Amino acid sequence: MCGIAGVIHRDGPADIGTELTRMLQSMKHRGPDSTGYALYGPADDMVVIRFVLAEPNEVTGLDFEERLERGRAEVESRLAKIGADVATMVSETGYAFRATIRYGGEMKPLADYLEDVPGCEVLSLGSSLEIVKDLGDAETVGGQYRLGGFTGTHGIGHVRMATESDVDLASAHPYWAYPFADVAVVHNGQLTNYHQWRRRLERAGHRFQSECDSEIIAVYLAEKMSGGAPLETAMKTSLDDFDGVFTYVCVTGSELGVAKDEMAAKPLVLFESDPLVAVATEEIAIRALIGREVETRDPYEREVLVWQV
Amino acid sequence: MAGVSAGSKTGISYDARGLAEPDAEAPGTAEIDGGRARIDATDLTTRQINLELRRLIYGEGIADVTVVNPGSKHSLAVGILKRCQITFEGSPGWFACGLIDGPEVRIDGRVGWSCAENMMSGSIVVERSAGSLTGAALRGGDLVVKGDVGARTGIDQKGGTIIVTGSVGINTGFMMQRGRQIICGNAGNGLGDSMYDGTLYVAGRVASLGIDCVPGEWTDADAEVVERKFRIYGLGPPPEFQKFVCGKQLHNYDSLEPSERKLVI
Repeated sequence: MCGIAGVIHRDGPADIGTELTRMLQSMKHRGPDSTGYALYGPADDMVVIRFVLAEPNEVTGLDFEERLERGRAEVESRLAKIGADVATMVSETGYAFRATIRYGGEMKPLADYLEDVPGCEVLSLGSSLEIVKDLGDAETVGGQYRLGGFTGTHGIGHVRMATESDVDLASAHPYWAYPFADVAVVHNGQLTNYHQWRRRLERAGHRFQSECDSEIIAVYLAEKMSGGAPLETAMKTSLDDFDGVFTYVCVTGSELGVAKDEMAAKPLVLFESDPLVAVATEEIAIRALIGREVETRDPYEREVLVWQV
Repeated sequence: MAGVSAGSKTGISYDARGLAEPDAEAPGTAEIDGGRARIDATDLTTRQINLELRRLIYGEGIADVTVVNPGSKHSLAVGILKRCQITFEGSPGWFACGLIDGPEVRIDGRVGWSCAENMMSGSIVVERSAGSLTGAALRGGDLVVKGDVGARTGIDQKGGTIIVTGSVGINTGFMMQRGRQIICGNAGNGLGDSMYDGTLYVAGRVASLGIDCVPGEWTDADAEVVERKFRIYGLGPPPEFQKFVCGKQLHNYDSLEPSERKLVI
């Protein structure tokens, strides 16, 4: 199962936090285990980091608060050591943090250095990408992280029914294309040559945050794009390289793309207008975004579609 | 049995078996005007809409019901086993009008996946496009889609007629056993893959034929059927079709339903 959704506004920023929460909540029946967002706010000269210091379902134990405090202090000291100037660091939950930093260096050493802190997972890193994910439905997660009013041009979301791996934050979508800035993916389906691709990408020096098959899509696409391929080309080659059934949505700092496997096995419905493009697993999510009857269609097998902000 | 709340905002409860809204009742909000009724589905849940339809059709004996603002909700007008007219002003979601036996349905909108699944008889006319698995396991009746349809149209079809004025996706007529499909646009790869029997008519381009699907010989009976269906649904003069049938090389089977087999023996 699982449900995916994406919106891209081509006429300027909108309240994508509320929009995606509405879309994802309407598809709660497709996956109540966890909900995630990848949102693109306005880019400026700051780098945004979203990271967690613990899994939400391990929030127990007497020394837990202390451990989080130690982790946070360690992250701050490491950021200072690597030459990043922390402007803000806030946490809505105690274990998930959002930090904005001034940093001009490479992303990979920064991400690796922070992930080396015990319990630390970097969810996203980039000039405008922010990944928020947690257990529960969209209203729970959107409320917890105060995503109502999050202004941006495009974003994607995912409601997860755990079939391939655990109900935890590491297995929740969207996936950031570690360590490539501003690339994220949500996926509905199963990739049957996951281990093959994971080994290939690991040999190329990439590391993975989870055991979830969807993560390789993000890293695969970012790897292709870092080699100079446009998003659309990378997505088209993925249709031949990945086996299994999949519909996925990939976002970068300025684009949103969707791809369907050669059997069109997984659903997706598309609404396209000049100012707004919205995609979702079910029409009910498009209707949750746009209250009236609109013309929508199901993309066919092997279709790759990319829109620019 | 106490309902378990699925969340305060949705207000939908489930019993221990997972049955949604076990305590729901027909809301009785339909406006009845003589032999007609009109349901505004805006604030109703799936189960309330279906219970209201049943109350009107079975309880009140109303033979012409219109549902407005269906809002792409799933599983609407499922399992109605009586001759009547049902009109949707707007788009239902997935699994619309499954298992129906008798109703004439007009959908002034689009439908999601699996519309008319296992329909026994009656007719469904969809004014816009449809998702995948449209007419899955169709047993009888007519399903007309005035737009494009997704993948696997009429998968496991066992009877009836599917007419699509637009194009269809991959594996249309996959494992179909009986009945016919009249496709006015193009067909995707694997048309009629692993079909047992039945007939596929395609006016546009066929990307590729599936396993054991072969071109068939056009007869006067084919022309008569196509013309009659086009006339019934006001689709204008029919275009020229190619016919595809099963090559009968893949499966070993007899084509009788169990009830028919008894008659032969």
